[in-house]
Amino acid sequence: MSTLVSLNNVVKRYQRGKQSVEVLHGVNLSIEQGEFLSLMGPSGSGKTTLLNLIAGLDQPTEGEVNVAGERIDKLSGGKLAKWRARHIGFVFQFYNLLPVLTAARNVEVPLLLTNLSGAQRKQNVRAVLELVGLADRATHKPSELSGGQQQRVSIARALVADPTLLVCDEPTGDLDRENAEEILKLLQTLNREQGKTIIMVTHDPLAADHASRTLHVDKGRLVDSPVRSAA
Amino acid sequence: MKYLMLIWAGLWRKKTRTILTMLSIVVAFLLFGLLQGINQGIKAGLGDTGNNRLWTTARMSAVSSMPASLMDRMQSIKGVRTITHLSFFGGYFQDAKNPLPAFATNVDKLAIVYPELNITPAQIAAMKSTRPGALIGRPLAKKYGWKVGDKIPVGTTIWTNIDGNNNWAFDVVGIFDPTPQFEKSPLGSAFWINYDYWDEARKFDNHRVHQFIVQIEDPKQAPVISAQIDKLSENSPDETRTQTENAALTSQLKQLADINFIANSIVGAVMFTLLFLTANTMMQSVRERIPELAVLKTLGFTGGTISVLVLIESLMLCLFAAALGLVLSAGAIKIVGSVLGPATLLPIVVITGLLIAVGLAIISGLPPALRAQRLNIVDALAGR
Repeated sequence: MSTLVSLNNVVKRYQRGKQSVEVLHGVNLSIEQGEFLSLMGPSGSGKTTLLNLIAGLDQPTEGEVNVAGERIDKLSGGKLAKWRARHIGFVFQFYNLLPVLTAARNVEVPLLLTNLSGAQRKQNVRAVLELVGLADRATHKPSELSGGQQQRVSIARALVADPTLLVCDEPTGDLDRENAEEILKLLQTLNREQGKTIIMVTHDPLAADHASRTLHVDKGRLVDSPVRSAA
Repeated sequence: MKYLMLIWAGLWRKKTRTILTMLSIVVAFLLFGLLQGINQGIKAGLGDTGNNRLWTTARMSAVSSMPASLMDRMQSIKGVRTITHLSFFGGYFQDAKNPLPAFATNVDKLAIVYPELNITPAQIAAMKSTRPGALIGRPLAKKYGWKVGDKIPVGTTIWTNIDGNNNWAFDVVGIFDPTPQFEKSPLGSAFWINYDYWDEARKFDNHRVHQFIVQIEDPKQAPVISAQIDKLSENSPDETRTQTENAALTSQLKQLADINFIANSIVGAVMFTLLFLTANTMMQSVRERIPELAVLKTLGFTGGTISVLVLIESLMLCLFAAALGLVLSAGAIKIVGSVLGPATLLPIVVITGLLIAVGLAIISGLPPALRAQRLNIVDALAGR
């Protein structure tokens, strides 16, 4: 397996008023292609910051971030946006669907940035909605869907442009156990059957059990050495 | 085009607010179209036709009289083609509440100077053969149901006749059909009587007229001829003031009110208010959608693309509503025009309106568009 993500001595500082707060202190991390990695840690530990840096939503203060063969810490805003569109699928805790669009339209949004025709976009949307089991809810708006269904739409949106890396920020944090389990199984299937590389931030040890590797973040550092577990 | 669904969805995110904002813009542009239509209509109504006609009145006041003999001297000026004159008879029909636009004139010359009145040779002949004759514009005849052969009693509070009373009577000898442009003008719906008959029959101010209308060969010579006419009576008790018909009408309108200034002031105030209203709507709309815009950025939309989407949304809102307002104003102008007189929605007004709408959209859409462009994804997603 090849390395898809590598972080070298990554430091992230935020300016809060006059105070500079260091959130990550020299993080080194390597993630292989096809891995399902979960990042665990208490609130404020820096795991979401780490995820944002890997997904190209934020830039490190120091250090290198290599993802899919690109030094993304060197990319400017516009280039980084285009890079995200090509390589990253993002799943949010609170789904973050556009409330005025139907499920199908929400899923279609990332494809607007591609050169696909309208018919091709519709075809891809239909395929990915079938993959997440929501083909029959295509014309429903988010307010007409349950939390679990909305998260499936969110996953479909993250998958539709066939990204290199699926980044999930507490994808089950807003769901009941039953729905959470379904979402985790879906992610696991995507990882195992389609070879999707997934990084998931979670508080939930049961959720982390679905990953192939779990890392712990505490006070801005990776505290445990990577331990492979049978997923 | 593929982004239309995003723009459309953003526009209708809060339907009530969008509809109310649109209505405000529609009303503003309806007002703009209507006022500018009336304004342009008046300007167009004045047209270029009056530039070869000069109006000579007494310098002291337009209602003061001048010696009729001045006409012969004016006729000798080079470049003068024909001269007619008119005197205000005024008067009323049956009751002082029904004033008449009655003027005494030399009808044969009037027909030459004002071809727009479409006075026929037969009507001129009828006036010549009937001294107390009256030639009436179709609109006035329609109003009172008069026809050729009727004897019209006309009262006046000014002109006492040689019999010592104020009761006059005129025989309708003809009804003329002015051009549409002249239909609503005082001359087009006037009650014309023979000057010679009236001058002999009135008790005072004889051999004097209130206005000369001088038809000239070349409109470019108007300033020179005007000066020459006024020079004829310089330093006399009957000094005159001569100007082109257009200038005189514009001046009269300005005495009534500066329509242009009023129209521009009202439209300016409305547009200024509208700018704040639309800007506020767009700002609020973008503020509410910050997390959604952050999601779009996360998905790979660049700041530039998002700011363009916001600007297009603002353009669609303003242009659609402005176009609707202008269409409605075209309908309103037809109704107002039938009551007030000349009014028309010229293409220049429509183009100006749409350009204003574009300006409004850009000015009101730019601040939220820039805000959307500069959005920090991490902060926006965290609700900071």
